[in-house]
Amino acid sequence: MLFKSVDDVAERLAATGYLASPAVATTVFLADRLGKPLLVEGPAGVGKTELAKAVAEVAGARLVRLQCYEGVDESRALYEWNHAKQLLRISAGRDESWDETRTDIFSEEFLLTRPLLTAIRGDDPKVLLIDETDKADVEVEGLLLEVLSDFQVTVPELGTITATRRPFVVLTSNASRELSEALRRRCLFLHIGFPDEELEQRIVRLKVPGLDEALASSVVRVVGALRAMDLRKVPSVAETIDWARTLLALGADTLDETVVHDSLGVLLKHQDDVLKAAAKLDLDAV
Amino acid sequence: MTAPEATAPEAAAPGVAERLTSLVGALRAHGMRIGTGETVDAAQAVAALGLTDREALREGLAATLLHGTVQRQVFDPVFDLYFPSGIGAPDGGPTDREELRERLAEALAAGDEALMARLAAEAVDGFGGYGSPGSGGWSSQQTLDRLRPQTLFARVRDNLRARNGTSGFTDRLLEDEIRRRVETFRRQVATEARRRVAERRDRDQLARRAVATTPDRLDFLYAGKLQLAELRRMVQPLARKLATRLAARRRRAARGSIDLRRTLRGSLSTGGVPVNPVLRRRRPVRPELVLLCDVSGSVSGFSDFTMLLVQALHDQFSKVRVFAFVNRLDEVTPLLEHGAADPQGLGARIQAEATLTGWHGSSDYGVALGEFAERYGDAVGPRTTVFVLGDARTNMSDPNLAAVRQIAERSRRVYWLNPEPRAQWGTGDSAAPEYAELVEMHECRNARQLGALITRLLPV
Repeated sequence: MLFKSVDDVAERLAATGYLASPAVATTVFLADRLGKPLLVEGPAGVGKTELAKAVAEVAGARLVRLQCYEGVDESRALYEWNHAKQLLRISAGRDESWDETRTDIFSEEFLLTRPLLTAIRGDDPKVLLIDETDKADVEVEGLLLEVLSDFQVTVPELGTITATRRPFVVLTSNASRELSEALRRRCLFLHIGFPDEELEQRIVRLKVPGLDEALASSVVRVVGALRAMDLRKVPSVAETIDWARTLLALGADTLDETVVHDSLGVLLKHQDDVLKAAAKLDLDAV
Repeated sequence: MTAPEATAPEAAAPGVAERLTSLVGALRAHGMRIGTGETVDAAQAVAALGLTDREALREGLAATLLHGTVQRQVFDPVFDLYFPSGIGAPDGGPTDREELRERLAEALAAGDEALMARLAAEAVDGFGGYGSPGSGGWSSQQTLDRLRPQTLFARVRDNLRARNGTSGFTDRLLEDEIRRRVETFRRQVATEARRRVAERRDRDQLARRAVATTPDRLDFLYAGKLQLAELRRMVQPLARKLATRLAARRRRAARGSIDLRRTLRGSLSTGGVPVNPVLRRRRPVRPELVLLCDVSGSVSGFSDFTMLLVQALHDQFSKVRVFAFVNRLDEVTPLLEHGAADPQGLGARIQAEATLTGWHGSSDYGVALGEFAERYGDAVGPRTTVFVLGDARTNMSDPNLAAVRQIAERSRRVYWLNPEPRAQWGTGDSAAPEYAELVEMHECRNARQLGALITRLLPV
């Protein structure tokens, strides 16, 4: 048990610089209590990966990260035998009998552990972050099922390795592919959306300390208005923070047409969006 | 009514398991697949969280029971029914309308949602009741009609302007912000009215009937204006998903036959033994797509959605051409062009800028398809896949099967997506069975079916 209560989660995460919404705090608390993996979905830039890092910091645990991509496979995710070293070992012991060599080259010394195996071996606390799970192929999901439901990995030459201490598992997904029902069933589901105005103001002020309060509030309100528009890519929290930093660097103390017009590119990443937003915010006069 | 944070534990404690299972039952009735395992997890979550904090309980149950983001908008109202924020009428005597409006204006100006929720409760109690206490109910419509929160708009705005001054960049955001707050209040009133109704009627019935279903299961033919807007918001994510699926299919299709020349060439380094067989790479041929869309009133929601979806998938094809018809046919591809397409006004612009109707305004498949075969016959070639979108209701005119046959012969495939339930094909003026004999016809009633069909039928 890492946490005592939901409030405890929120406080300790806040101490590391991660301001959690009540939904996030509750779900993290439950994931810890029920010992289930946490599947986090949401738009890019709302702090899905940051959440795992913050939990690791709070728990004093090591963060083991598996970055998924198209084509990631067992040897990248689970374990691999160190073939080069095995060959060296064989050629080093030329006068040994085969049995001796065989038992020796399939020992732990020649095992290259990859993130999933690393996360369940050893007694120290760990946080396993499986990032962008939706980018991996469907076959990898099958691999994850065994690891996530029983926290064990079978290596034919060594036998089954079971976790002595369960890691805190966080999976993130941008929902570019529908994850399978089987995987979802094993996880607690958390959707991190855009924070409400008050929380986002606190985030901005925490991340960009030099910004004055009135400006921070205007920044968040403008971003809120942009999110309500029908844009191709609405600005996320990461963009809000970038924008706040930009404004600070520009030395702006209040928002006006010129400043917003010139820095809109920090928030919006498509030209049609910039044009549309400029029209709706009456920036065309500039 | 007690305050939201004080759900009475003594009332709930013994019945929690029963209440939880009926909540799960209601969610299942909305098409969510929730297993017993998840229900047990949910019960553990309740035990871990306790019943004191209602919002924490809501999040806990959502985390254990739900599997996707779209399910949330069904879950929230159902949760409100099974774990209501209080029992009975709010404290305090009868409310005076003007005084309540005054307080509401204050709450809207402050943007205080908790206070707004309390006022919503008072408003429903004061103005929402109809019928006799025994058999009547509570209406959110009636509450809003009497309270008219939208008329507070100017007052709230002037109030805030007087307080903060009209200068400053953010002043221009004010009106939209107030509008959003009023919208929030309307939703709170609806939730509250539902809660009060649930106290009198069968809660299970209400949870199944009175809660709207997820947008991907909405029937195209019966979707209202708001629901269509919701559907349109699904276009981009759905398109992204479909694009990944199509790419996966393309990858798989590329595997297979062995490229002999390159295998032999590779075998030279291993002394002529072909250790690594090299597979032939297929040249990526992007298929062409032609869409024929019935945009007459009855099916326009369906056509609009599909057009937008195909447009969002445009980089998957070498060429997409879209034609719209009612009883005349015209090309609308330029109207859908990237960036220019404004999803809300699409239907109206198609109606305004394309020649779609002749002498009358009802759809005529025979004439429209004939016109296509005649005027745009060159749009269809052996690499073209044609999709016809429409309900095949010809208004008793000639279905012009010859034109369809002609299109089918020239193209690679023709598919017909029909938004009507299969049972209604061939009833009344529907020529669906006749067309279905010539081309493959599929039932396509909601976004979920459409997504599945597109993954399966689109050429790769």
